[in-house]
Amino acid sequence: MWPLKWKKREQEYRQQREEFFEAVKRLNRREFMKIAGLSAAVFTAKQVVPPHSFQVVDVVRADPQEKPLFRFAYISDTHLYERELNERFVNAALRAVRDVNALDPPPDFVLFGGDLAQLGQPKELELGKQILSELKVPVKMMVGEHDWFLDMGEKWRELFGPENYSFDHKGVHFIVLMSVNEKDFWTERKMTPMERMLTVAQLDNPIQSRFEVGEEGREWLRRDLARVSKDTPIIIFSHSPLYKYYRPWNFWTEDAEAIHEMLFPFKSVTVIHGHTHQLLTHRIQNIHFHGMLSTAWPWPYAPEGLPKLTVPMERPDPFDEADGTGWGTVDVHRDGYVDKHYNLWSRNPITVAKAYLESWGKEAVPPIPEFPPY
Amino acid sequence: MRTAKWFLLVAGILGIALVATSWDRSAAGAQESKPSGGSDRLVVQLCDGETKLEIADARAGEVLPPEKAREVARRMMAAYAEQQAKQVSKWTARDRLTWEREQKRVIEEGYKLFHDWKALGGTIGISCDMCHPDAAATHPETYPKFQTQLKRVATLRDMINWCIENPMKGKPLPPDDPRMIALEAYITSTRKGVPLEPGKH
Repeated sequence: MWPLKWKKREQEYRQQREEFFEAVKRLNRREFMKIAGLSAAVFTAKQVVPPHSFQVVDVVRADPQEKPLFRFAYISDTHLYERELNERFVNAALRAVRDVNALDPPPDFVLFGGDLAQLGQPKELELGKQILSELKVPVKMMVGEHDWFLDMGEKWRELFGPENYSFDHKGVHFIVLMSVNEKDFWTERKMTPMERMLTVAQLDNPIQSRFEVGEEGREWLRRDLARVSKDTPIIIFSHSPLYKYYRPWNFWTEDAEAIHEMLFPFKSVTVIHGHTHQLLTHRIQNIHFHGMLSTAWPWPYAPEGLPKLTVPMERPDPFDEADGTGWGTVDVHRDGYVDKHYNLWSRNPITVAKAYLESWGKEAVPPIPEFPPY
Repeated sequence: MRTAKWFLLVAGILGIALVATSWDRSAAGAQESKPSGGSDRLVVQLCDGETKLEIADARAGEVLPPEKAREVARRMMAAYAEQQAKQVSKWTARDRLTWEREQKRVIEEGYKLFHDWKALGGTIGISCDMCHPDAAATHPETYPKFQTQLKRVATLRDMINWCIENPMKGKPLPPDDPRMIALEAYITSTRKGVPLEPGKH
């Protein structure tokens, strides 16, 4: 009789343990300590011993959410130089690849968010391709301005294919949109390709033009969207944030409004973007926007224009070269909206949940940093 | 001190006047030929770099005989004395121009260095602006302050050198290196008007 009971107990224990570790992932350290301490105090006051050591966490778990439909991972903004010049960025990219490969269960695919190379050089792009080829799941490539402006995408297209494309996955229509076109600022100034590349690669260089999808890109998007029913959830991968945050650093898409107009008729639209190297959350009507982390370095928040829904990440520690960087995963729900996970290498992971955006920031608020950006 | 200044001034004016009398016209630095109102009179500039004096009885480009040159020098001296008598400040427009020009020059130099890892002795392709566009997140107004990681109160200069040594993998600059001064000038220029808050974290 009792061995059976024992077995049941053990099963229970294992299940609780599993739930504990799942729940811990959703907490940052301070919250966890607070809650664990609090519930321990309650138990002490009542002079009862908690039935098992993991129960404290169950107390704070929100209503069990609907299970996501599927998960994909992202790696973005690796900014690779050749290894001989800079090993740090290469190692960071490799670390992200290792982390993604260690995900169990594996994600359905990996989005690469653009800026694979630092100066668009063939050797940098080839090195990037080689690193990403280590990934065990399929990779969806997106182009960034650092990949593009040396040869206007020639090498990138040769390695990875067209810069605009779409695909369907488990009922969601995915669109990879080239959003870092710039109006010609180089011909008149008689710039060499490398001068053009260096101008664009310098975030605070005011000479360059603003990012845009451009007329051709918008036309491509219009034709692509025409094939999709308005009920189909849409997820767009764009290197630039598809809205207007801060113009001087091209945290900006000049023709954002025209694109939003095309997307408003759809029931559910999510944009996952690179370029900004920081936690970034925004919502315009039915469109949810999420930024991606860089593996190379974090950008500071811009002096103005930060979307209201963004809970900024705490200022990174300059003495820790991995702080503020990392990779992430995206849990896609049935309706197409997502829980966005930022897996920071030197911090607890942070999740910006679908519920946070759906409630316009009222529920499921991500942790507020104690030391906000300057 | 004051006497020495006067002496220099007088010597300078005499020098100019004498040069004006020599055969080499192009060497006459203070001499400008400016047709004013159709006339072609000799115009000289006083040492403040601002005041111009028109010599009614001498023509631009004219080689002045010694007597006349001395007379011009005397008039310049008088004009200067008159100007000094009226002047409240010791500083002239030329001083102000110099301050502005030099400040701008050093800030521009700092801007260049901030965007050029090679010029700062970096070795792995990382420049300041890659983490600090427009010098964001440099907060010079918060120094000096205790830097936990350095275990002491640090200045902006310490932090600049820290960045050169660590992320940029270069060698720290001596404190009086013109490049250090230029970097400080650029970084602080981006926070002009922000209240000083040393010790702020």
